[in-house]
Amino acid sequence: MQRKTFLKALLATAALATMPLSAVAQDTIKIGEINHYKRLAAFAEPYKKGIELALEEANAAGGVLGKQLEFIFRDDQGEPGEAVKIAEELMTREGAVMLTGTILSNVGLAISSYAGEKGYVYLASEPLADSLVWAAGNKYTFRLRASTFMQAAMLAEAAAKTDAKRFATIAPNYAYGKDAVAAFKENLLKLKPDAEFVAEQWPALFKIDAGAEVQALERAKPDAIYNVTFGPDLAKFVREGGDRGLFEGRGVYGLLSGEPEYIDPLGDEAPEGWTVTGYPWYDLNDGPGGDFVSAYQTRWDDYPRIGSLVGYMTVQSIVAALEKAGSTETEAIRDAFEDLGVSTPVGDITFRSSDHQSTMGAYVGTTALRDGRGVMVDWDYKEGANYLPSAEEVAKLRPAD
Amino acid sequence: MELFVAQIITGLANASSLFLVACGLSLIFGVTRIVNFAHGSLYMLGAYIGYSLMQVLPGAFGFWGAILLAGIAVGLVGVLVEMLVLRPVYRAPELFQLVATFGVILVVQDLALIIWGPEDLLGPRAPGLRGVYRIMGEPIPKYDIVLLLITPFIALALWYLIARTRLGVLVRAATQDREMVGALGVNQAWLFTGVFALGSALAGLGGALQLPKGGADLLMDFNILAPVFVVVVIGGMGSLPGAYLAAIIISVLNVFGVTYLPQSTLVLMFVVMIVVLMIRPYGLFGREEVAGEHGQVGEPELPIKPASPNVRMIVAAGLIILALLPLYGSSFSQVLATDILIFCLFAASLHFLLGLGGLVSFGHAAYYGGGAYVAALLVTHADSPMELAFLLAPLGAGLAALAIGWVCLRLTGVYFAMLTLAFAQLLWSLVFQWGDVTGGDDGLVNLWPADWLNDTTVYFYFTLLFAVGGILMLRHVAHSPFGYALRAARDSQRQAESTGIDTRRVQLLAFGFAGLMGGLAGALFVFSKGSVFPNELEIARSFDALIVVFLGGVKTLAGGVVGGAFFKGVEDILTRFEYWRLVMGFLIIFVVILAPEGIAGSMRKLVRRLQSSKTGGSQ
Repeated sequence: MQRKTFLKALLATAALATMPLSAVAQDTIKIGEINHYKRLAAFAEPYKKGIELALEEANAAGGVLGKQLEFIFRDDQGEPGEAVKIAEELMTREGAVMLTGTILSNVGLAISSYAGEKGYVYLASEPLADSLVWAAGNKYTFRLRASTFMQAAMLAEAAAKTDAKRFATIAPNYAYGKDAVAAFKENLLKLKPDAEFVAEQWPALFKIDAGAEVQALERAKPDAIYNVTFGPDLAKFVREGGDRGLFEGRGVYGLLSGEPEYIDPLGDEAPEGWTVTGYPWYDLNDGPGGDFVSAYQTRWDDYPRIGSLVGYMTVQSIVAALEKAGSTETEAIRDAFEDLGVSTPVGDITFRSSDHQSTMGAYVGTTALRDGRGVMVDWDYKEGANYLPSAEEVAKLRPAD
Repeated sequence: MELFVAQIITGLANASSLFLVACGLSLIFGVTRIVNFAHGSLYMLGAYIGYSLMQVLPGAFGFWGAILLAGIAVGLVGVLVEMLVLRPVYRAPELFQLVATFGVILVVQDLALIIWGPEDLLGPRAPGLRGVYRIMGEPIPKYDIVLLLITPFIALALWYLIARTRLGVLVRAATQDREMVGALGVNQAWLFTGVFALGSALAGLGGALQLPKGGADLLMDFNILAPVFVVVVIGGMGSLPGAYLAAIIISVLNVFGVTYLPQSTLVLMFVVMIVVLMIRPYGLFGREEVAGEHGQVGEPELPIKPASPNVRMIVAAGLIILALLPLYGSSFSQVLATDILIFCLFAASLHFLLGLGGLVSFGHAAYYGGGAYVAALLVTHADSPMELAFLLAPLGAGLAALAIGWVCLRLTGVYFAMLTLAFAQLLWSLVFQWGDVTGGDDGLVNLWPADWLNDTTVYFYFTLLFAVGGILMLRHVAHSPFGYALRAARDSQRQAESTGIDTRRVQLLAFGFAGLMGGLAGALFVFSKGSVFPNELEIARSFDALIVVFLGGVKTLAGGVVGGAFFKGVEDILTRFEYWRLVMGFLIIFVVILAPEGIAGSMRKLVRRLQSSKTGGSQ
């Protein structure tokens, strides 16, 4: 059966390739979505479900500009080169009006560079790298999710309120980890000039030697620990650190550690008392946030992850941009994104015209165990706008258009 | 002092899983000469199966039983893989089997995703072994101590099996000279199956045993692969004591590296490997490789000859059709063709080394990515014009290849291959780590061709010119006296030397030339994509090229190009489907079994057979 469907699909593709573009009926507006559906399936799947939910809602409400909205999902294998090729195909052959997607920063940067050169609008939904909107920012790239800098600044603010002086950091040895540590340091030293950093650990991504890292951190005798590890690394770190008593009597600040994608696999071994950024969907019962959670649960019989929220907001942002633009022309969409306001489950957000970063914020709270799983308690939604540098400052960071 | 002891214990505990997986790989290689890339997948399966069993089986008995059963189950998977996938291709050219194992990796990845889902699974704790023991005041997790004790026990059992039983005698004999064992009446097929099963079971055991220290996730197959190969090579391929010692060295050094040089985590083991191989070219306990020393395994290769007029006509016609693409194809088809052409040039450059030189490089991405980075760095930091950067990139890659080749050519066979891999990894980590200059893994962006080239169609022609030119040049060199000398050095170093060929110099030059062409492909790539990231230097990229060359056919001149075009073309179609890795994996295995000489090689054979039947078929 498999081969049969495969052959059929092969024929279909061949037929598609020979079909002239004009034959494709233009009764839908197509958006090209590029992601690592295989390489990072655990993150990409909830994200895709969020998109599909929002799409169904938008189309049931009459679509946008009188047409149905359609997403074309493509897998890039987590390879920047592949992503650029697919972007080209989506824009020139599939008739997409703009691009969105990616989780990995390098793939996001590759598409952004391509979009900037060719003049296609790209809404970077999930990649977190600061350089996407700053050092390597361009006219056509916008970013939805709260960046590394913003989330690190929120944790630094929380850390500055304690008496901890000696800080140790542990972050995966790649750009995201380095950015996250640098941003935390910068913001913490601004608020607490006498803080010192006594150890910096850099395990290789997804190859952590947790026992050794914990020993090295313990050796430095820090007052508090800033953690950027995630995924399987986080599980190993939490387990070894818990066993060896590393977290006892120490404040721990975990970037993204409270997001369901990362805390849920830890089950009842989720760390308690960490200050983290995350997504407390379980406590969102009313308002737009609660509505989204219940709609998602009804539709998918599963709870939303942060990726689901971002996917949902991606569609909302694109719908808003298209309506504001009143057309599907690239320049019109681009102009519409500047200072675009969108009502979302986390409240109203704006895509800043100064650096194309949205003001989506993040939830900051303390981890605890509830019914055998890790949750965030005493959480607060932090408005993203308060953690972003001013327009003058980012003007210095961005290359001239 | 207390910390020191605690660190040693941590290192020894870490060594245990690594050793189990590595010794399985080493055993398999020793007897069957198969470089089993799928070993990481077997390890991953062990973890997943162990996890599932632990959910069902209760208590301490269930926990340890699950680990044992996971080992057995993975052993059975190994039997399946060996009998269905590898057995048909034992007589294929050396290392061809690694392509088949690559297909297995893809299949297992998707199967694991289908069965266990995308979320990371946290390994269950060993019952009764939560918490720590205090050793000289330092906390050591109880499970670490258990691991520490189990490993020597398993190592001892293995030693007994190898040194004291009849099976062990056969395994050792086969490691030394498998033809002889066959000649003495031992059923090699079952011996191979048995050893493959044992090696797989050990990998599965390793995967299940590490569950309480981590868990099961979909990335663990590739993540363990590099360390395991490093351990096997440092220990000496085929040597169990070597694997044990190497696992301990790597693990303990890593613990100290983490503490005293936290940034070292990316490169440490590769540096250790390079140092060890410089001092002991066959690893700590390895022996010089005897098998395959004189000539190659499999059918003798036909002498190469210039293409016949017919073939020339076909190729010329194909090129004309390709050159007319902008007339009938979409803009995307030109982009796709550009991608494929670049990849073909990259594959052809590796094929030159592999097919003609017999030099198996596992690190060819170093020159491809190296060329791309030379161009990117020149544009970014020196504001060099794109044309100049484009021309200098292959030169830079060629120089790098000469330098790396000069060191690596002291070794042969798998050790040579692993050393090239180590250098590619060093280059990768340099680029990855040195963020200020290379942008780290955020890469270098906004690298577009000069204005006159920036149009898709123009760049397509530009690529066509250089890729086809490069491929023709590689082909031309193969027919030159230099190419003849290179093949002589491959087939019989001694005889080549005795005719006055400086084989080392010839091989070094070939290495540099292949690097140059790889760099050219990289330079074409960087300006077609407008950005470059360390992905282009990764092990995965080297493997892509390797797989493609074997798929196309090592022993044909067109192998690299045919394989490259086939692989990229199929990939472009398949990635549109949900479970494309599964299909791709099966397709690769299918091709491997059906066409053990590669696509081009088997086509040629087919054509010959047709021709001879047309002429009466009497000869």
